[in-house]
Amino acid sequence: MFKTFAKAIQSLSVAFLMGLPMASSAQQLSENASIVVESPWARASLGMSRPGGAYLTVRNEGSDQISLIGLRAEISGMASIHETRTNSDGVSSMAPADDIVIPPGGMFALEPGGYHAMLMQLQSPLVEGETFPLTLLFSDGTELEITVPVLGIGARGPEG
Amino acid sequence: MMRVAKIAAIGAAAVFAALFVGWWQVDGPGADSAPGKRSLPLTAMEFSLTDQDGRDVGPETLIGEPSLVFFGFTYCPDVCPTTLSDISGWLDEIGPDAEDVNTVFITVDPDRDTVETMAEYVSYFHPQIQGWTGLPDQIAAIADGFRVTYEKVEAENGEYTMNHTAGVFLFDATGRFVTTIDYHEPLEFAVPKIRRAMQNRTERAES
Repeated sequence: MFKTFAKAIQSLSVAFLMGLPMASSAQQLSENASIVVESPWARASLGMSRPGGAYLTVRNEGSDQISLIGLRAEISGMASIHETRTNSDGVSSMAPADDIVIPPGGMFALEPGGYHAMLMQLQSPLVEGETFPLTLLFSDGTELEITVPVLGIGARGPEG
Repeated sequence: MMRVAKIAAIGAAAVFAALFVGWWQVDGPGADSAPGKRSLPLTAMEFSLTDQDGRDVGPETLIGEPSLVFFGFTYCPDVCPTTLSDISGWLDEIGPDAEDVNTVFITVDPDRDTVETMAEYVSYFHPQIQGWTGLPDQIAAIADGFRVTYEKVEAENGEYTMNHTAGVFLFDATGRFVTTIDYHEPLEFAVPKIRRAMQNRTERAES
């Protein structure tokens, strides 16, 4: 409970700090051209009861640090970024990720075994060959909608 | 100028030395293989599970051919499909000989992973991959033999996820545990390990 609260305060303050100097240009930021998303893909799902997983790379081509703070998708009742960790005993676990900070000129990849877009409460199955819209939420207020192609369950990367 | 080059060379050498020491301790020959953590041989295990076609299976099902075994669950969005895709890639690389390798995905989430679920799930990967499930106490028994740990973790909105050992276990045809292939280990390392386990069998058959 406390952790969630602390996290909320943290993201709030990040949003506040980052948001203030840019408040005047907030409108433009929703079409922020300096954030580039590459190679999005998702695995097909087995029906709707299991969470889906999607991957992509975010590139910050702007001059300010930016944080990826969340996700939104109509296809998912609850979309968030999760991190997979494997400890020294080879045990893997998965948990919601903290905000992902991307420095100017930097990039961050959501890829198998690291970070993934966790699409819980699927509203419809992820069907191979189809696409769905996914919105990335950034600390400066930018909301970037991308189209994610659905590949096979056995896909290993954006090329299948 | 020479001095800068020298410092750079020493720096690079130090980095390589550190990387090498790290590799040696973690993955290399210096890796700690605590005896208590190693899987038992299949011949020393007792468990009874059900395969994707509803057949009874046990340790004897695996003995006689080399085996690749992986533990996971079908509600797993990242590690499990990635590993099963990796395994599919290794089997493709090995080619027709892969038909002689038992390849089994065993669920650590028997409450949700029924025989039908396992059958559908494995059908999306290499045809050689089987999916086994069973009663919770039997899953516990096989996990104990493999020295695998798994744990139910409550997630948001009443759902749960599973923490679990994610390596792939490799056994030779006699049921002896050979090695683990670590999560996301590159094909160039995984395939020779599997071929070596297959080799053991050939040698034994010839002698």
